[in-house]
Amino acid sequence: MADPLDYIRGFAVTFKKLFEERLTLEYKGGKGKPGTPDEKREKALRLHGRHVLNRYEDGMEKCIGCELYAGVCPAKCISVRGADNDHDNPTSPGERFGYVYQINYLRCIHCDLCVEACPTQAITESKLFEFSFTNRNDAIYTKNELLVDDQGKPQQLPWEDWREGEDQHTSAWMRATSPSGDHRYEGVVAWSGELGQGVRQPEAGQSEVEQ
Amino acid sequence: MILALDPLFLEKVGLSVVLIALFKVVLAFAIILVGVMFMVWFERKVISDMQHRIGPNIAGPWGLFQTLADGLKLLMKEDLVPEHSNRVVFKLAPFLSIVPAFLTFAIIPLGGNFESKSGVINIFGHDTFLQIADPPVGILLALAMSSIAVYGVMLAGWASGSKYPLLGSVRASAQMVSYEAALGLSVAAIILQTGSLSTHDMVVDQAAGGFAGFIPNWNLIVTGFVPFVIFLIAGTAELNRPPFDLVEAEQELVGGFHTEYSSFRFAIFFLAEYLNTITMSAIIVTIFLGGPSGPVLIEGIDWAWGILWFLVKLFVFLFTFVWFRATLPRFRYDQLMDFGWKLLIPLSLGWFLFLGALNISNDRGWNASLVVAVTVAVGVAAGALLMAAVRTARTERLNQEVDLHG
Repeated sequence: MADPLDYIRGFAVTFKKLFEERLTLEYKGGKGKPGTPDEKREKALRLHGRHVLNRYEDGMEKCIGCELYAGVCPAKCISVRGADNDHDNPTSPGERFGYVYQINYLRCIHCDLCVEACPTQAITESKLFEFSFTNRNDAIYTKNELLVDDQGKPQQLPWEDWREGEDQHTSAWMRATSPSGDHRYEGVVAWSGELGQGVRQPEAGQSEVEQ
Repeated sequence: MILALDPLFLEKVGLSVVLIALFKVVLAFAIILVGVMFMVWFERKVISDMQHRIGPNIAGPWGLFQTLADGLKLLMKEDLVPEHSNRVVFKLAPFLSIVPAFLTFAIIPLGGNFESKSGVINIFGHDTFLQIADPPVGILLALAMSSIAVYGVMLAGWASGSKYPLLGSVRASAQMVSYEAALGLSVAAIILQTGSLSTHDMVVDQAAGGFAGFIPNWNLIVTGFVPFVIFLIAGTAELNRPPFDLVEAEQELVGGFHTEYSSFRFAIFFLAEYLNTITMSAIIVTIFLGGPSGPVLIEGIDWAWGILWFLVKLFVFLFTFVWFRATLPRFRYDQLMDFGWKLLIPLSLGWFLFLGALNISNDRGWNASLVVAVTVAVGVAAGALLMAAVRTARTERLNQEVDLHG
């Protein structure tokens, strides 16, 4: 037999909660009054958001159209087709380039296997995840939408909600400081420079080893 | 007033009287609809505060217009009628649910000066109450309407032509019918005390006098708290609100009786639910806490003080219902039935007889302490007998089960 007073104590507990600190933030999805910025939580360092297609510092696309990542994708959300580069006006430094490049975000599970599979670090995941589509065509990101702009920043699509600064730490840096289990890569920036960012520094706590 | 004094309009009814009545109806309708909007918002905000959340914050200041936005969304949604449903009854059920909810509000006294004028206000030379109607059946109307509301829920579940709504509506009708008995018996205690069914008379009765100058003469105190507690519990069950929300237990029945309802038909059920919550709080305030009666601090706008006291008291109970929801886990179905039939009904019946005995002893001039002693002794004996009967029945049942299952 439970103590009948426990019921009363239960009411006291919920009443006390009224005056305690709230754990959620005043997040309004960009719909608040102008001048009242949303409170957003600090994003995790290795958060997997939507992808970006990176370019080299000279503006060339990193993708070489190898189609490896389409093979590794467990959700089968990627479609990629390579094509031969035009010798006079190449799109990427190699022999081939990514001609068709599509990711279906209704299927993508953000596992990051594609990022690990990519041999040229062309595809990486940003920390942008706030996007809601009103039709299925919008959910399929094409190459034009995924490619970073001339400043090396991800493009903001009309249905995406992110503010200035949230596109930081999108790409190279993230992979460069997480060597895939091999001690030889510990602290080594194993990443080529990219448009708008250059070669990024290693993560704090990891020493840069002279090569 | 019209209903109360001249139901058949045998005497001439002036245009102004009709206009005043019409004005009161429209005003009450508007107020209670806004009240529902506020209540839904208030419930969501308080619940989220109690759960360390912020709650609705986008539509309007502090999310005040969230309910309006939800209502508009529901209005624009596709109107679905399931294939296997009984189309006529399916469409009728929401209205069976909402009309009683509106009608009950008619008997609630909303304001007026009960200190010196017994609630009479004067509009354009006509004496009237701040109350839509004061029918002679009074509080019985509330009980009748809550009975009719069962039909809305029951038919909605039955007409949906689907399993979960049917289960939900079976639960709902059993629960509402069971707890209506306890509800009625605790109201009977009030009627015994007031000697009248009219809600207006009840308020007048409670506004008078008081003990020691400052303790009000509320039925809450006069009837000794027990009917109040029973009414509050049975009322919560009648509203199908947590912890008695087995009717729409999400985890078991999807949405209960309104699973198959969408768009504005669902909105009507939702509206009825919150209308009932407000009305039930208002009835509790009226019959136990003296309704709009209270001290008039500034003369001149004396009727407005009644409205203020009424709203303050109402607010306490609206908060209480939300508090219940945040605190108490849902009953199991057998616990619900046990609680209703084996505790609430015998207790309210016993207390009713106790109050009756006290009243008679007062009238006849019997020795009060002796009467109390005898009644308590009889009550304890009856309670012991009831418990013995319940225990015997349970043992019998367990033995039968043992026999059945080896």
